Amino acid sequence: MEPITTVTSTTIPLMKENIDTDQIIPKQFLKNILKVGYGRNLFFDWRYIGPNKPNPDFILNKPERQGAEILVTGDNFGCGSSREHAVWALKDFGFKVVIAGGYSDIFYMNSTKNGVLAIILPEDQRQILAAIAPDEKITVDLPNQEVRYADYTFPFEIDPLWKDKFIKGLDDIAITMGYEDQIEAYEAKIPSYN
Amino acid sequence: MQQTMFDKLWNRHVISGKPGEPQLIYVDLHLLHEVTSPQAFEGLRENNRQVRRPDKTFATMDHNVPTIDIFNVQDAISRKQIETLDKNAKEFGVRLAGMGHEDQGIIHVIGPQLGLTQPGMVVVCGDSHTATHGAFGSIAFGIGTSEVEHVLATQTIWQTKPKTMGIHVHGKLPHGVYAKDIIMGIIAREGVAFGTGYSAELYGDTIENMSMEERMTLCNMGIEGGAKMMNIAPDQTTFDYVAGRKYAPKNMAQAIEDWQQFYTDSPDAFDKVIDFDVSDLAPFVSWGTNPGMAVPVDQAFPAVQNADDQKAYDYVGLQPGQTAPEIPIQFIFFGSCTNGRLSDLKIAAHILKGQHIADGVTALVVPGSRAVKKAAEKMGIDQIFKDAGCEWREPGCSACLGMNPDQVPAGMHCASTSNRNFEGRQGAGSRTHLASPAMVAYAAINGHFVDIRKEEA
Ligand code: SF4
Repeated sequence: MEPITTVTSTTIPLMKENIDTDQIIPKQFLKNILKVGYGRNLFFDWRYIGPNKPNPDFILNKPERQGAEILVTGDNFGCGSSREHAVWALKDFGFKVVIAGGYSDIFYMNSTKNGVLAIILPEDQRQILAAIAPDEKITVDLPNQEVRYADYTFPFEIDPLWKDKFIKGLDDIAITMGYEDQIEAYEAKIPSYN
Repeated sequence: MQQTMFDKLWNRHVISGKPGEPQLIYVDLHLLHEVTSPQAFEGLRENNRQVRRPDKTFATMDHNVPTIDIFNVQDAISRKQIETLDKNAKEFGVRLAGMGHEDQGIIHVIGPQLGLTQPGMVVVCGDSHTATHGAFGSIAFGIGTSEVEHVLATQTIWQTKPKTMGIHVHGKLPHGVYAKDIIMGIIAREGVAFGTGYSAELYGDTIENMSMEERMTLCNMGIEGGAKMMNIAPDQTTFDYVAGRKYAPKNMAQAIEDWQQFYTDSPDAFDKVIDFDVSDLAPFVSWGTNPGMAVPVDQAFPAVQNADDQKAYDYVGLQPGQTAPEIPIQFIFFGSCTNGRLSDLKIAAHILKGQHIADGVTALVVPGSRAVKKAAEKMGIDQIFKDAGCEWREPGCSACLGMNPDQVPAGMHCASTSNRNFEGRQGAGSRTHLASPAMVAYAAINGHFVDIRKEEA
């Protein structure tokens, strides 16, 4: 996993509540056996108005918004299906950070596995970030747990374990394999009813 | 200190870590399907890792499978996912109910049916409707593909213990009102995120009087209210259901003795309790584009309160103030892990017997598993559906999410026994109306929903 410490970038605001994973990446694009290549279909139904025809009014398609690494969005982001493809699509598109009012539990867990930093900020703060000009940048500083823009500093919470993983870019499975003795000891105690 | 059932289950499974932090917990049953597993197996291969416990892992194909001519998978990528699971299961020694196998079916239907799902377990699957298995008094939740890979490699998962919520469901269900209406009613009242961050336990006399299949319908839709885990304490109904199934414990007496410890000491042990009286509950129908956008069949669709409501109305082509019977139903879907079990098909068939579906209506009946299909055929239920003008299909997820050719055409209104009515869920432009199998059966006959409380039993 790529480490994340500080991200300074322009933003894309998408201030809608309850954006579900079908909206993030519709099911017709789950038919793949790889983890890459989903970015072009991110927010597909909003992004295209016909085959290969981008919707010029949709913010992701605006020329001045290209290259943004931070998505600012509404409450309960990533609700609905558990598809990890939603996170792969955000990442493949180039987003490193999502700032929402809240996340579905599964989406949040998936984001921690893929190095996409999902931050929670209250609505008033997100509205400030959503209103900034397309060429203005904000800074997400993970070590200090704050989002900075102009004179504003917005602190955010993150579990220390996830924070450490993001900063070091650690692979979960390798970490867990370090617990092999404890797992074996546990397995020896599982009741058998046979 | 008083504990909830969830506390007891959780504590038993912790391998490492402190409360309040992510803890390493052991997984007793890992279920796999073809859509969310390929990347996980690929990851194992890249890192030269094995499946730690193939004996605690079980796979099937369900999301993509055709429901006619099952071996003829037209879509190239669907075929690739199906073939990939077949290959991965062989290579890694995982048990598989493959294409055409007698145990094949929707993963959440076959787990319980085969006796794989048991009380006291931690059950995971790369699928959000895994909460279904919580009906047995287990911790069951959906995980993402990276977590699937993690569980395959280590048989464990890192989780932060959620808070617990008790949902006290009490009262006698009125005629024409079913488990589906209870869970839709709870979500309509509490919202689509009320359970986020919680493991919810359903309890009360209504629950105690329910069959396992009804309990599964409830827990299945927990995730539509944001609760990724929803469970019910095991009781004699649970034990009787598990006993004698293919993978059930051989020593049931010993198993039951162990399982009986999993109950909530007192509702005071929950972090939060909500109350739901079903005595006056009406059948529910969803009008909008999330499962919370639902109303009792005899009530008007609500006024527009925000942009999301307006967007939903625009999408479904309905207006505030209309009622469910005014929706022109052209498509019918009986099936899914919510209501694709034998008891659901029996209820629908009972209503359709000697009747015919309305002109211009297409109706698909897709049993939740091959075993359900066989049992239904043995009872002659398939013939009732066929005589009524429905298409009797092979098992799978089918039009619940339309990853296979079974899709609701754009603009059409579908009365569906499934669990999600998101935009495009049943096919691009499809308009889904969730309801119980009985409501859907009457909608099939009439071409619109009716208040089935007024119909004969
Ligand atoms: S039937 Fe529908 S909800 Fe259930 S597992 Fe299949 S696609 Fe998911």
